[in-house]
Amino acid sequence: MGSVKSILSPAISADERSHEVDHPSSPVAHFGADQPLRLDCGIDLTPFQIAYKTYGELNADRSNAVLICHALTGDQHVANVHPVTGKPGWWETLVGPGRPLDPSRYFIICSNVIGGCMGSTGPASINPATGKVWGLDFPVITIPDMVRAQAMLIDRLGIDTLFAVVGGSMGGMQVLQWTAAYPKRVYSALAIACSTRHSAQNIAFHELGRQAVMADPDWHNGGYADHGIHPHRGLAVARMAAHITYLSDAALHRKFGRRMQDRELPTFSFDADFQVESYLRYQGSSFVERFDANSYLYLTRAMDYFDIAGDHGGVLAKAFAGIETRFCVVSFTSDWLFPTSESRALVHALNASSARVSFAEIETDRGHDAFLLDVPEFFDISRAFLQSAGKARGLTNKDD
Amino acid sequence: MSVQEVLPLNGLASEQSGPFRADHLLVAEMVKPGSKVLDVGCGDGDLLQLLETRGIDGRGIELSREGVNRCVAKGLAVVQGDADTDLINYPDDAFDYVILSQTLQATRQPKVVLENLLRIGRRAIVSFPNFGFWRMRLQLLVGGHMPRTENLPASWYDTANIHFCTIKDFVELCDEIHVKMERAEALDLYGRPLRLRLPWWVWNLFGEQGVFLLSRGQGK
Repeated sequence: MGSVKSILSPAISADERSHEVDHPSSPVAHFGADQPLRLDCGIDLTPFQIAYKTYGELNADRSNAVLICHALTGDQHVANVHPVTGKPGWWETLVGPGRPLDPSRYFIICSNVIGGCMGSTGPASINPATGKVWGLDFPVITIPDMVRAQAMLIDRLGIDTLFAVVGGSMGGMQVLQWTAAYPKRVYSALAIACSTRHSAQNIAFHELGRQAVMADPDWHNGGYADHGIHPHRGLAVARMAAHITYLSDAALHRKFGRRMQDRELPTFSFDADFQVESYLRYQGSSFVERFDANSYLYLTRAMDYFDIAGDHGGVLAKAFAGIETRFCVVSFTSDWLFPTSESRALVHALNASSARVSFAEIETDRGHDAFLLDVPEFFDISRAFLQSAGKARGLTNKDD
Repeated sequence: MSVQEVLPLNGLASEQSGPFRADHLLVAEMVKPGSKVLDVGCGDGDLLQLLETRGIDGRGIELSREGVNRCVAKGLAVVQGDADTDLINYPDDAFDYVILSQTLQATRQPKVVLENLLRIGRRAIVSFPNFGFWRMRLQLLVGGHMPRTENLPASWYDTANIHFCTIKDFVELCDEIHVKMERAEALDLYGRPLRLRLPWWVWNLFGEQGVFLLSRGQGK
């Protein structure tokens, strides 16, 4: 169907996107041969770079730093206009003046993860050994690898202890990995809509997405950069499938129902008759404008491998034994990708570790995506948690 | 069964202390400052807030989502959970005190819950409405219907409370599972402790609620 192809065509060229891959418009921390990144797969990645954004000022005793960890398809542009899409930051609901994470109060850092495609070293970057794009030669990375790289960035910024590490979904996995790997460096942790291990169902969805990418003839076994093309159709399909998992049946029904798009009667074709079809096609096509297909493969793989208990002899509580970090775990009732039961298992382990933990399940029909949306109850809880942790940490503010 | 030791009140509970409930003040008085406390069924977190003012490291479990969210919004460490099913997930000796304030009667298995409290905490503080209170008896005896009071306003068909007991019943349960009573108090209709050293039947008749400080007994 020609119409399908046109809907899924990118409006931004590969050149525009690739510029942000190696020369991002945000600050970059370079790590040379003397500071390799030890990857879980056994390879030392060197040299490498991490692109990041900061908001607000670090206070005199360096106690107000907050690290935001982005989700699968996010990046460092958490609260500023995105350089590729021109859209607002992905978490401006949470970050900004008067928001729970206010730059007038906290020094907020958000970095693009290793394996990403917005300035941190990843499969879309140039491999210095060959002068060509890494592609599938890039080593497979894990969530602990991402966190290890972030820790090197935090060292570089001269910060010993983070006041808070905050993130949802894959970002929440990084939050948990931070607390398990560097318990003394994390004063408080806000883990949203996440899990300590990726479930079989979630791995299955990721495999669906990866196979869609790999089935695209433009993928060229990961070497599409050499052909000057991008497997945007496969990636768009991957994004469409994933996007369904981020929503809920109720939210889709409320938003679209069975309503038709710009027509009264079905066309008896495979055009996007239904509004929900147009919506998914739009989500797919806008995603491929800003994201690299191989990055999608690597980052979904990193999530699949994530299993904190597995790294601690199968006993989750061992990962958090004796931890003094203050935790707040948040789940959403209609999130079927990271359901409340997974958060509850985490909370039980934290309780067994005698950790200081709060847990709230927010009632919403908006599914997994709720953590990115304007959900007042979620913001109230985030604000209160951060404020009470700030009080305990001695962070004072005239508004308190 | 007799109370092994009835300590005198230090006066805190009888003071006018602002917004805090009298029974909460009494419970707070039973907790040593600096201890680690789990409040099971912590509601809106009022007791935890009171404990926090006394330098006590408090955690909470609450069944209702609204309650949990209000607690977390107050900056308290509270998780959503069910006393009947979730206490089993807490390790032995995790807390100095585990508090069950006005929640025992809403549990499905009060005996199991009580045993769990004293497994998780070295001490337990339990308060509950006394169904032996004279007004309760009178409503059933004279009115011929299930009693309702200010603290228990729900009708029999829509109440969350399923296991009512009297002070006497509770004392017998503690005896049965070899729990040591370190301190026992009965509060009157206004939440004030009954000051007099009275025999048990008087407490059971005039106490609107009972508050007990328990520890692990020797016999089990």
